[in-house]
Amino acid sequence: MPTPTYNCIATTTLSSAQSSVTFSSIPGTYTDLVVVIQAFWTTVPSNMYIYMQLNSDTGSNYSTTILSGDGSSALSTRFSNRTNMNMDYAATLVDEEPTQRNINIMNYSNTTTYKTAIWRSNRAGAGTDAMVGMWRSTAAITTILFDLEAGDYASGSTFSLYGIKAE
Amino acid sequence: MALTYQAIATVTVGSGGAASMAFSSIPATYTDLLIKISARHTTSETSNDILATFNGSTSSFTARRLYGDGSSAASDTNARTIGLTVGASATASTFGNSEVYIPNYAGSNNKSYSADQLGETNATLAYAILNAGLRSDTSAITSISLAPASGNFVQYSTATLYGIKNTV
Repeated sequence: MPTPTYNCIATTTLSSAQSSVTFSSIPGTYTDLVVVIQAFWTTVPSNMYIYMQLNSDTGSNYSTTILSGDGSSALSTRFSNRTNMNMDYAATLVDEEPTQRNINIMNYSNTTTYKTAIWRSNRAGAGTDAMVGMWRSTAAITTILFDLEAGDYASGSTFSLYGIKAE
Repeated sequence: MALTYQAIATVTVGSGGAASMAFSSIPATYTDLLIKISARHTTSETSNDILATFNGSTSSFTARRLYGDGSSAASDTNARTIGLTVGASATASTFGNSEVYIPNYAGSNNKSYSADQLGETNATLAYAILNAGLRSDTSAITSISLAPASGNFVQYSTATLYGIKNTV
């Protein structure tokens, strides 16, 4: 049997409301990372942003470029020198329908280059976003924090981290 | 080590064409589903949508799409769309390609999906579509049918269903 190249590193399904989710002690043994999130927020009304922060770095080292559609118009915008990455623009978090994020983090364990990620954020009731982000650090990624603008993720929200091996 | 990414089934359209490509009796043993589609259809048009049916139902679908056609970008709310197929007027031997990710398909929440849909044909008009889809139904997905919005799929159209397991 060939060696599996796509493995689940960690997964969590929230059993109660929680303000953030962290994947820590991420091994450097894979080439790329994939994170799949299906999340809800706890309170009505809502429209909360998810933020991603790496290795607990709170410096202004993150930038994001966004292509977004809300069902009636398309736009592109960007954020520079932020203290985290915005993980959505139109597809914000709500309580009444699942929002979905599929995140690809490239070459996360090298110690030479800044780290980039591309992802899709989706909410059928609000919009779809295609986004690219950069963390200006050459450190290997060992911790990923998914924080919220405010409030908590609802019970039942799921977060899975996969590793992809290039060999 | 556990296998987390496995092919469940593949459909390849034969010489007579087909009105749909379908997966039935989808086991609930995975966490997420991934569908990769390569499709062309019989109608004399450059391209059209592939429409989804989950568990035999065409109702309760909603969507937000972001798309470009080679000259401008726009957004719409075309429900039930899940893929793109190129038609008989498109460049010969070209097929539309789509990738659909459905998380927690066997869970008890409404079912969301993310789709990337492309119809590059080396022509002036070609669509690239990003799609946020939802079926507001809490049942586990046990069958998925894919059909062109007009005509039939032609021979060599394919759809492969993968299961992704979050077993650590």
